[in-house]
Amino acid sequence: MPISHEDVEHVAKLARLQLSAAEVEQMAQELGTILDYVARLDSLDLDTVDPNFYEASENLPQREDEPQDSLPQSDALENAPDDDGCFFIVPRVV
Amino acid sequence: MSRYAMESILERWEPVIGLEVHAQLKTRTKIFCGCPTNFGGEPNTHVCPVCLGHPGTLPVLNQSAVKMAIATGLGLHCTVTTESVFARKNYFYPDLPKGYQISQFDKPICTEGWLEIVLPERTFRAGIERVHMEEDAGKNLHDAQTGLSQVDFNRTGVPLVEIVGKPDLHSAEEAMAYLKELRNILRYLDVCDGNLEEGSFRCDANVSIRPSGTEPLGTRVEIKNINSFRNVGRALGYEIRRQARALESGDAIVLETRLFDADTGQTQSMRSKEESADYRYFPDPDLLPLRLDQTIIEEVRSTLPPLPEDVRSRFNEQYGLRPYDIAVLTDEKDLALFYEEIVTSGADALAASKWVQTEVLGRLSGDKLTVSDCPVPPERIARLLTHQSEGRITGKMAKDIFEKMWREDADPDKEVEQIGGVISDDADLRRICGEIATQFPDETAQFLAGKTKVLGFLMGQLMRQTKGKADPKKASKLLRETLEAIGTEGK
Repeated sequence: MPISHEDVEHVAKLARLQLSAAEVEQMAQELGTILDYVARLDSLDLDTVDPNFYEASENLPQREDEPQDSLPQSDALENAPDDDGCFFIVPRVV
Repeated sequence: MSRYAMESILERWEPVIGLEVHAQLKTRTKIFCGCPTNFGGEPNTHVCPVCLGHPGTLPVLNQSAVKMAIATGLGLHCTVTTESVFARKNYFYPDLPKGYQISQFDKPICTEGWLEIVLPERTFRAGIERVHMEEDAGKNLHDAQTGLSQVDFNRTGVPLVEIVGKPDLHSAEEAMAYLKELRNILRYLDVCDGNLEEGSFRCDANVSIRPSGTEPLGTRVEIKNINSFRNVGRALGYEIRRQARALESGDAIVLETRLFDADTGQTQSMRSKEESADYRYFPDPDLLPLRLDQTIIEEVRSTLPPLPEDVRSRFNEQYGLRPYDIAVLTDEKDLALFYEEIVTSGADALAASKWVQTEVLGRLSGDKLTVSDCPVPPERIARLLTHQSEGRITGKMAKDIFEKMWREDADPDKEVEQIGGVISDDADLRRICGEIATQFPDETAQFLAGKTKVLGFLMGQLMRQTKGKADPKKASKLLRETLEAIGTEGK
């Protein structure tokens, strides 16, 4: 079952995606199909089963509070869309 | 009284305030990588592939951050949960390189606690809802001219605890007292330096008002961007007044986030909650649940330093200090320790309390020093106070000596020895009084003629000639006796 256009637009906004009206319609169909597929799990009786988010059962590994070398500034900025040799530069956000 | 004076508003309305505090933990390195946490530093020099969110990197939890979060919870009388879960809080903002912040959501590390708030009129407990761990975001600098933002990721990944208080506070004063006590607790625990200016202790406030005497909560507003204790008071005062005016003129309060502007003292709407981010929290698949067994919790508990409330009750029971003095002396952990060391070094508790408040604090603020920079160690102050309490020096002399101790690193024992201490021997004082009478025959005559005011002049001369060393009470009594004896002889 397709999901509502409103839901698609909401999700698109959260993901910072601009969709045309045709794309919204297409997404409503496709996302609906995916959700229908996952919804098959609802047919199982899971009342007595706790949700399990993790496969591993061991404890979370932790590290000592010991400083490691950071990157040189120039390396840190290497993947920046733009930089001024010091900061990452992005379009103004406020 | 104006209808919108706070006192008047509070007769009609009861504010309900809950505070959320982000406190930076004092670890050496970030929460999920080994980059340093020091404030400042050249932009983008405390960063690595992990905190820059490069693909293929994995976070590894800093165990000191965990212990400090446990300590925070224990210090706030919380339950430390045996299993907590790190979750992704998803939103896009340039200060967040991964596109999500690692935080804790439905399973925080600590739940349900309280802290004790001491106000002049009453002491009460304010509830703590939860304490959770999370990573800090980076810092944006916006340039109005170029239309660009500069981003510095040095702070990205610095460990924070968010301490969510229950809506148990009902005035700006209570909110400020809550924050001061919380900051004090974190500083006593040594888990956060509590520096509001550098952003290591940040506060958001949720505030609503309801008609006095009613239960249902009004619509709340969240205020962000409050960066000093004073501004907490200003922001809440402004907001309580704004809400009262709005409701009394028939307007509704909108569920929204408002920013406090320290320049205008006002709050301004930032965004309504309807359009606020939908964070789509989910458990972070990169991080397993954090399981804490009782051993580690007890280990942290056993190393927990005394809390402000413990110190307050000890100062009351053991030293008999008054609440006001206790509040002053325990306001800073270092000051409380400083005071206590004077007492354990042998000084009288009340004398030490008075000395610290009048002599030490005044000089510290005059010299713009913190108590940890105090040039006179507590043990020396104890010796000085003992000289005074045992009558070797007067209060005036103690102050003069203290000035030398402060400025010239003088030792109180040597100073007292050099001055020769107080002249309190009766025979010595009688001899000096006799000399004064001889030197000032006119004034002596005036005194004997009934002009007793002149005694002050003679006493002044006596103190001057003894360089202030005469025991003033005794000297004054003996001077009068000496003069009267001369009068009797003359008859």
